[in-house]
Amino acid sequence: MTPRLLIVLLIVASVIAILAACFLGSTPMSGQRVITALLGQGSAGDIVVLWEIRLPRALTAFVVGAALGTSGAALQGLLRNPLADPGVLGVTATSSLTATFALYYGFAATSAFLLPIYAIGGALAATALLAAAAIRIRSVVTLILLGVGLSSFSAAAMSLLLNLAPNPFTLSDMMNWLLGSVANRSFADLQFALPFMLAGLAILFASRRGLSALTLGEEAASGIGLNLRRQRIAVVLGAGLATGASVALAGAIGFVGIVAPHIVRPVFDHDPARSLLPSALLAGLILVVADIGVRLMPTTSELKLGVVAALIGAPAFIWIAVRRRVTYD
Amino acid sequence: MTELIANNIKVDAGSATLVRDASLSLKPGELVAILGPNGAGKTSLLRALLGLVAPASGTAQLDGEDSASMPAARRARLVSYLPQRRPLAWPNKVRDIVALGRFAHGAALGRLSPQDAAAVATAIAACDLAALAERNADTLSGGEIARVHFARALAACAPLLIADEPTAALDPLHQLGIAQLLRDFVADGGGALVVLHDVSLAARFADRLLWMRDGQIIAAGSPAETLSRELIGDIYGVQAHVAKDAHGFDIRIVAQQ
Repeated sequence: MTPRLLIVLLIVASVIAILAACFLGSTPMSGQRVITALLGQGSAGDIVVLWEIRLPRALTAFVVGAALGTSGAALQGLLRNPLADPGVLGVTATSSLTATFALYYGFAATSAFLLPIYAIGGALAATALLAAAAIRIRSVVTLILLGVGLSSFSAAAMSLLLNLAPNPFTLSDMMNWLLGSVANRSFADLQFALPFMLAGLAILFASRRGLSALTLGEEAASGIGLNLRRQRIAVVLGAGLATGASVALAGAIGFVGIVAPHIVRPVFDHDPARSLLPSALLAGLILVVADIGVRLMPTTSELKLGVVAALIGAPAFIWIAVRRRVTYD
Repeated sequence: MTELIANNIKVDAGSATLVRDASLSLKPGELVAILGPNGAGKTSLLRALLGLVAPASGTAQLDGEDSASMPAARRARLVSYLPQRRPLAWPNKVRDIVALGRFAHGAALGRLSPQDAAAVATAIAACDLAALAERNADTLSGGEIARVHFARALAACAPLLIADEPTAALDPLHQLGIAQLLRDFVADGGGALVVLHDVSLAARFADRLLWMRDGQIIAAGSPAETLSRELIGDIYGVQAHVAKDAHGFDIRIVAQQ
């Protein structure tokens, strides 16, 4: 498959999936009803279901996936490791922790911008810590272990907060961050998180050429003219903003940032720069489809998207880890 | 004409001094080899020349400008660098790895400008890689990989080249192949500074030898001027037999001193 064809296919599939998410649901709507509602006509109920429930939910799933897919692909390029991803490295966990913290103390209620800011702050702190460690730690395995440690610590701190939750409402709010979901997201939520996310994605895309250079290792990459320091800052900042914004929207959703880049990379000759866009599209598509699955599954209480993503993603992670080619590092 | 001039370079790492009082120059049209035991400070010197580490004192200048304060991309267009460790993170296509040599010229993989594509094609042809151009790097042998990295350095079309042990871990035939590529680069008007461990190879191919020990350059000059059993003994701590025959120098390491 040619790279261009794959990108076109992914765009088409994403549009179809988002439309499908509008049709499908506990009360399936006919094509005609969806289209009239999309145009702002038809019954008031249809318009509410479409514009306030299904469309924002599908779009949220897509942008969250796109942000995680791009962050994963960029972190993999920076750290030169196919297993790097905001989830594995503990970035999402730290971000969820700070978001939970905002919820716990009720900061999130004072301004709609505070939750994204807390989530992004946590994500930036985690990525900065990892990047600083990556300069000193040459072994990628050690770095992943550091991420696992960071992840575990954040999970422990989160458990502490859950343990101390003042009332059941706070507890259930916080559980949402822990599990990850795009249910009941509105265009207003999107509006608050999207600027941060777009800024992060813009930084990642603008600095993507340096990721190709890093293929040669850091020493040779500086030799061919890459400003290493600037590249590290760009990826840390970009991945931190994008991941933090995605956590603010949907909580912790793991593994999609590993799976999507892994699938598209061979088509793009393993070039991390060219893999960014298709990783974003595929990860977005995966989450939209997974969320449709979550909504259609006849369970008594709705499954959380983050749970389903982990159920699919964790085995994929293991598979990639086991089959990983030995590098010269 | 691009020239590299270093004066009294000193490189520190923590409290240790890795290089002291190193002065040298590199001009187009000459092949200069650095020889010295492990830990002599050869790599640290190269990194300081390139401005990848800032010297504690002394200057390294490219075209009269400090290499350490020069923007990375401009420096890379003046001097290409082949480091000692060359890990490849992904199994990229050979052509793409060579194309990364064009990074400082603004090239992005997958859509090279005509000039970039031409430079890549020339480098691939010079290193005899045409048959391997579409192969993935993880399917190549050590000798082939060494040629790919060399082609990457050539593709930059920089007037100067600094290579750190480009022949390490290669069999004699491939060592000669790389040495010949260096000679060709110099014949085309390039200037090359190369760390080598094979004294015979250096004596045969280099115009000048820089002998390093304990962070210092202790002898410099043409092979005929500097090569002696005393110097080899002093540098490496080994007894050597040195003679000159029709093919150049005949150097045999006899025993530990």
